[in-house]
Amino acid sequence: MPRFHGQSNHAPVDIVNQLQKQYVDYLTSLFHEGVLDDQFTQLQKLQDESNPDFTVEVATLFFVDSDKLINNMAAALERSPVDFKQVDADVHQLKGSSSSIGAMRVKNLCITFRSFCETQSYEGCLICLQQVKNECAVLKDKLQNLFRMEQQIVGAGGSVPLMD
Amino acid sequence: MDGHDVVSWRRRTHGIDALDSLQPSSDSGEAHVLAVDDSLVDRKVIERLLRISSFRVTAVESGSRALQFLGLDEDKSSGHFDGLNLKVDLIITDYCMPGMTGYDLLKRVKESSALREIPVVIMSSEKVLARIDRCLEEGAEEFIMKPVKLSDVKRLKVYMRRDSGERNESEAENRVNVNPKRKLREEEEDDDDNYDDSDLSASSPSPPACSVSSSPPSASSSCLSSPSVAATAAAAAAASASTADKRWQRMNGGD
Repeated sequence: MPRFHGQSNHAPVDIVNQLQKQYVDYLTSLFHEGVLDDQFTQLQKLQDESNPDFTVEVATLFFVDSDKLINNMAAALERSPVDFKQVDADVHQLKGSSSSIGAMRVKNLCITFRSFCETQSYEGCLICLQQVKNECAVLKDKLQNLFRMEQQIVGAGGSVPLMD
Repeated sequence: MDGHDVVSWRRRTHGIDALDSLQPSSDSGEAHVLAVDDSLVDRKVIERLLRISSFRVTAVESGSRALQFLGLDEDKSSGHFDGLNLKVDLIITDYCMPGMTGYDLLKRVKESSALREIPVVIMSSEKVLARIDRCLEEGAEEFIMKPVKLSDVKRLKVYMRRDSGERNESEAENRVNVNPKRKLREEEEDDDDNYDDSDLSASSPSPPACSVSSSPPSASSSCLSSPSVAATAAAAAAASASTADKRWQRMNGGD
């Protein structure tokens, strides 16, 4: 994703304020919907001038990781017999990384997914796999929106508000 | 609502006596932490948390890599030290890793005459009391619940060999006096990991009783606990998540 470099345009203050308000509203809605939890704010706090893209970098790593894990799960569920322990191990990994970035809905889906692995319910696992896939896609979309809004604020000469 | 446990567990005997056996560091500057985690995302996060807290960090992906870095050949059981001796002041490791678990790594470090003085902290996303007890008994300084926060990492300074001269004595006393295994400070939970199938009831959302789980040790086999009550917990989690306000202040004072 492109970042603004060099001189930023200093848009009128009310435009920056408006962008900031939209950003705060959007991020707030993500918390209220349960898409993100406080851990996401914890990560944002770790960002500074020396690491301005930290949150984006972690999110990127998460999606690389989740794509791989989801593919592994799908492959394992296609094998016969299904190795539920392997699927469970992958779901556990995804649960861990989603928890680490504050992706609460993904994490909660993983919790349910693991219970189906434990009872070795093939249908349950398939449903959870689809839900996890969907939820990761939704999360990616929303985070891309969020990061784009951050760029707009910075590009207009403002600073990204921290939810604290 | 996020389900992070604010609490961590510490050994009761840790205290000022430990200072006597500390070796002076040969390097000046920041303390050096070896972080061990098989998750790429978690490695990046813990690395950042540690750097922000003014630690130097080496992050590795496995217990065997950690032992290599520490100069302990994985195959030798004698603990012969032939490595780079890059003065690690603290090891922070995930518990659940394929191959060598964090517990296995802890044991190897504590069994090594060259390395046993290095404080070891264990991280885990699963609150299994037997696991916690086992780690503390094996010599871990602390057991931190994931996701790890900045306040958790900042607190690690108290274990630093390098910081021994700066240690706040009253803080050390607080660590000794706290009976952390019997005191759980918890906020609203949506995390299933509180529920271990052998010591907690499925329907209880309150802090778990501090009974020791009877689950068998899992040092070298899979360390994943059974999420047998996960479905119920997930339902409870969904309910609490939808009604909780967002909270920006943490019980332990925030960052």
